[in-house]
Amino acid sequence: MPDEVLDCRGQRCPLPVIAAARRMPEVPVGTVVRVLADDPAAAVDIPAWCRMRGQEFVAAITGPDGPAYDIRRAH
Amino acid sequence: MNASPVYLDAATAAPTHPVARQALLAALDDGWADPGKLYGQARRARQLLDAAREATAQTLGVRADELSFTSSGTTAAHGAVLGGLAGRRRVGPTLVHSAIEHSAVLHAAERHVAAGGVADPVPVDRLGRLDLSAWSDAVRAPGVALAALISASHEVGTVQPVAEAAAACAGAGVPLYVDAAQSVGRVPLPAGWSVLTASAHKWGGPSGVGLLAVRKGTRWESPWPADDREGGRTPGSVNLPAVVAAAASLRAAAADAAAEETRLAPLVDRIRARVAAEVPDVEVVGDPVLRLPHLVTFSCLYVDGEALLHALDRRGFAVSSGSSCTSSTLRPSHVLEAMGVLSHGNVRVSLHRETTEADVERFLAELPGIVAGLRAEAGVVGL
Repeated sequence: MPDEVLDCRGQRCPLPVIAAARRMPEVPVGTVVRVLADDPAAAVDIPAWCRMRGQEFVAAITGPDGPAYDIRRAH
Repeated sequence: MNASPVYLDAATAAPTHPVARQALLAALDDGWADPGKLYGQARRARQLLDAAREATAQTLGVRADELSFTSSGTTAAHGAVLGGLAGRRRVGPTLVHSAIEHSAVLHAAERHVAAGGVADPVPVDRLGRLDLSAWSDAVRAPGVALAALISASHEVGTVQPVAEAAAACAGAGVPLYVDAAQSVGRVPLPAGWSVLTASAHKWGGPSGVGLLAVRKGTRWESPWPADDREGGRTPGSVNLPAVVAAAASLRAAAADAAAEETRLAPLVDRIRARVAAEVPDVEVVGDPVLRLPHLVTFSCLYVDGEALLHALDRRGFAVSSGSSCTSSTLRPSHVLEAMGVLSHGNVRVSLHRETTEADVERFLAELPGIVAGLRAEAGVVGL
């Protein structure tokens, strides 16, 4: 389970990625943040952001709140 | 704010080649009659059509009777896919295709699936290059009627391993269709295909002319209502003046192709290197070496693709984008998605015979400031 949830539903690309990029440095290393994002580009861009920033992309899930992406702060 | 225009979207449509313009104007006067009729004007039109077919077939390295002119590159691609599947429907229902085919091919595949057929997409790697081992497995599976592979990605420029993919197809007895829209008139064509298509406005010919080549012995059956024109492969009367212009400009483009490749490839290298070095947080995508000579794509982190296109347009730069906010469907490019690379803030730059070094230098000089300005406006600097 994630440690916190970032609700980016209704936001268009690249806003969910920007929201994740703002939040991740504020949480302790090891924290898992779940980004809720229904923009289809998030499925591509959140894993790509993790790769570019050296953060851990844990998984993409589709739950009751729609598509979601778990990121663990790695450093 | 008006800057002199720099057109960098040749992969969508290259500026009209001067040879195309001349040929079009001459053929408007001389080639308006129906080439199928039995009178003098028709014979003149027939001569023009035959000469255009002969010249184009020679450039492609096919026989004239293997080549049809279609009403667009899209129509050619639709016909290639649906006709290749129809011709071998007794073998099976499956179309194998790369995940990065042009949308014209994917839309034909959707039609095939809606009619009860099967489509089996094969993945690419991070550089946009076909997974050959997955491809070989896919074409060897039972029930494969046709395989489709783009010669080089129209979005990121990565050249595909067509010869190896064709060998796998030959081993499995599956015909290969190659969409060569970005290659014809620019680079030598790969070998081993059974069906090939191209589009005239990619090499500086008029829009509304496609090429469909079907090799002798290929089991291909027209998916359209019957029509005896163009070898029975595509219905309707050809736009003869446009076909004549397409053929003339292809001959001219092919004659200059090697020199243009030598001139443009280093400019693309320069864009790849300078964009990566001078724009922070940018991902230059596609294979850096095995690529088309005239096309380069990159994505700028945290930048809205549509805003970037508008900002570039205000400075006179015409480019294309695979970002979702620039597409009518609001979905990111399926090519960038298949590669797993950043899709927002995406720009595709494609060069042509009129592109100068000065054009490229001005683009490179202005891009970092434009991206920085958009990031400052969005408040994402330092993220």
